[in-house]
Amino acid sequence: MMARARIVGLVAVLVVALALPFFLSNFRLFQFTQVGVYAIALLGLNMLTGYNGQISLGHGAFYALGAYTTAIMIDRWSVPYPLTIVAAGVLCLVAGFLFGIPALRLEGLYLALATFALALAIPQILKYFEHWTGGSQGIVLSKPNAPWGLKLSPDQWLYVFTLAVLVVLFVLARNLLAGRTGRAVVAIRDNPIAAQAMGVNTALYKSLTFGVSAAYTGVAGALSAIVIAFVAPDAFNVFLSITFLTGIVIGGLASISGAIFGALFIQFVPNWAQDISKAAPWAIYGIFLIGFMYVMPFGIAGALRRLAARAARRGTVARA
Amino acid sequence: MALLEVRGLQAQYGWTKVLHGIDFDVQEGGITTILGANGAGKTTTLRAVCGMVRTSGDIRFAGNRIAGRSTEDVVRLGIAHAPEGRGTFVNLTVEENLRLGAYVRGGGADVTRDLERVYGYFPVLAQRKKQTGGTLSGGEQQMLAVARALMLRPRLLLLDEPSLGLAPLVVREIFRIVQTINREERVSVLLVEQNASVALGLANHAYLMETGRVVTSGPAAELRQNDAIRRAYLGY
Amino acid sequence: MEIFFQQVVSGLATGGIYGSVALALVMIYQATDVVNYAQGEMAMFSTYLAWTLLNAGVPYWWAFFGTLVISFVGGVLLERIVIRPVENKPILTIVIVCIGLLVILNSVAGWIYSYIQKPFPSPFPPKPIILGTVVFGTHDLGAIGVTLVVLAFLYAFFRFTTLGLAMRAAAQNPMSSRLCGIRVGWMLAIGWGLAAMVGAVAGMMVAPIVFLDPNMMAGILIYAFASATLGGFTSPGGAVLGGLIVGVIENLVGTYVHFIGTELKLTVALALILIVLVFKPSGLFGRAAVHRV
Repeated sequence: MMARARIVGLVAVLVVALALPFFLSNFRLFQFTQVGVYAIALLGLNMLTGYNGQISLGHGAFYALGAYTTAIMIDRWSVPYPLTIVAAGVLCLVAGFLFGIPALRLEGLYLALATFALALAIPQILKYFEHWTGGSQGIVLSKPNAPWGLKLSPDQWLYVFTLAVLVVLFVLARNLLAGRTGRAVVAIRDNPIAAQAMGVNTALYKSLTFGVSAAYTGVAGALSAIVIAFVAPDAFNVFLSITFLTGIVIGGLASISGAIFGALFIQFVPNWAQDISKAAPWAIYGIFLIGFMYVMPFGIAGALRRLAARAARRGTVARA
Repeated sequence: MALLEVRGLQAQYGWTKVLHGIDFDVQEGGITTILGANGAGKTTTLRAVCGMVRTSGDIRFAGNRIAGRSTEDVVRLGIAHAPEGRGTFVNLTVEENLRLGAYVRGGGADVTRDLERVYGYFPVLAQRKKQTGGTLSGGEQQMLAVARALMLRPRLLLLDEPSLGLAPLVVREIFRIVQTINREERVSVLLVEQNASVALGLANHAYLMETGRVVTSGPAAELRQNDAIRRAYLGY
Repeated sequence: MEIFFQQVVSGLATGGIYGSVALALVMIYQATDVVNYAQGEMAMFSTYLAWTLLNAGVPYWWAFFGTLVISFVGGVLLERIVIRPVENKPILTIVIVCIGLLVILNSVAGWIYSYIQKPFPSPFPPKPIILGTVVFGTHDLGAIGVTLVVLAFLYAFFRFTTLGLAMRAAAQNPMSSRLCGIRVGWMLAIGWGLAAMVGAVAGMMVAPIVFLDPNMMAGILIYAFASATLGGFTSPGGAVLGGLIVGVIENLVGTYVHFIGTELKLTVALALILIVLVFKPSGLFGRAAVHRV
């Protein structure tokens, strides 16, 4: 059971999150919706890289797969968008699992290279299958209206919808990672041979983790297609995958809250960088990246964890 | 004044304290041994002297404070350490391993002469001089570790459990060579060992450690003869 | 047949460049287990420095060697100032710092020099060399030559000098190196300096071909990854050889396989990476990682 303080904290965050649509402009709300989408994608990647130790520089591929699945289903067959999200998730689950099988043979650097190669190829593959993907022009969608006659603008509705999906997926992740499954996953990261010796089916878990991780990122991609109402190949280039990796390291590896911190970083810091310097915004972004890693080498969540541990230790020393 | 003087040495790995304030000396020209069971903190003690762990307390070498200095600096003062696990450069040749031991001395004829001397002590290394370190047997790697430490021309030689995993004959051979080196080259030795009987046969002075504290010390001959201590701590 | 030889030589020239960058990557990887994603941008920045010198009227070879020296110092400083604070942190943390460095270098170069392509001179005479009926570009041959000289220098350095031995030791076993009195941190810094120097050479050799602009090295970095993967990330010689092979394959595929345009040429590099990883992850010449249980 979670500590009282944590539950109160979470409820407070949720309340603030729900209040946002009522006093933010549509554009700001759109940005926060994007944060929610990124958070889901980052949680997916974090499951694979942070908890399970498999480095992926190619999760943009699953994001793209999810986004295009949704876009094509809505554009061609007018499938209701919630169904497309489920479809995207399932498709990516399978794709991730299948990719996870040959990935079993690759470790660390080599897996990073293979996924990097995949990420590089995505825009070209998307442009090649023009007939389905609309080629370089992409696919244009329209933003859905709020259902059931709710008095919300499309932006407000999409924010709430994304938030709902996020909460569900985060709770699901927490339950998965807190139990036996989570321990097996982490054991595989820390000492795969020992884990195997203790009866953990390493191969199955690693592939499953890849699948689930891909599913989460795919769902995020699907959501992004609906929220932005547009998909095009160049949006899914290698920088996206690198941005995801940046997000989980800055947010904090092996941490669920880290996904949110990371999402906030990758959404807002580039904008701040541009405010600071019009001439060389990416230089400022780079300085932010390096600065964060100096001050918080274990990410924001890691830094918070250490603060909490230190406070707890002082507490025990004082009592003793 | 002893060559190495340690007072109130504490050491920790992360938040775990392993040494709780130990005192010991190594006399110039002598062989001192630190004995104890697994986990007593013997290896940590050597690591502390070399600046490889976080410490507090006083460590003096030839009168100079060395506590808190980096490993590289301590080595340059003349302390050589043949570490736990041998520390062999497994992808470099035996000769390259040895030359690295003399790194701080620059190059030149001096080093080449020392190479010959060291090959004299350990002929098997001469035979294998072009082989990579990883292809040597455990005993040969231990010899290489000691030889590499000697290449520094140290005043103090730290040996971490040299007998570990080696056949008794090999152990005897290595200890015989250490004794020769101590006598003929005036190299002081601090020997950490689990194999108490062999260590006490070699050393002048002995310390006994248990869970991070020194519990007994005295001339090696005394400890060898003290039945109670032998049975309680040394297992024979 | 002539076209074949020309394309092979041309491929060896670009392959030498890929191999040089791959070598720089492998050198740093062997010492730190980190892939320096900023390697390409460092090379690009060095090339811009050379351009600045040339523009100020400095004769070519003075500018060339001057750039090498500045790049060496720059590499040392980058390691000591930027990388050192995170030296002992998790690998991904260091990776993000490298990515930050990449982004900063690229952005600053664009800011100082603008994104307009600039021509960069080749030190080799423009007249092509004709052997029989085959025409060879002098720059291509010159680039191969320069690459070979740099490699020979590095090989001799690592094999025959004490400092080179100490650097190899520091890369393989930092703890034992410290016990030999080797200042491991500075060995790493020198490693970065050398890698920066090698990258600078690669940049100055490739700029005459592709023209100088801040994004010049991005594609080359990817080919360098392919080269290091092919040759093996644990083998410096393998990385260079891998580069030569990749360069030649890239050129031959581009010439003889007709549906591969410039866009898909990159995919060829990627396919290569994936194929190697599937069949022999440690590369042609790399050592398979031995895991002690």
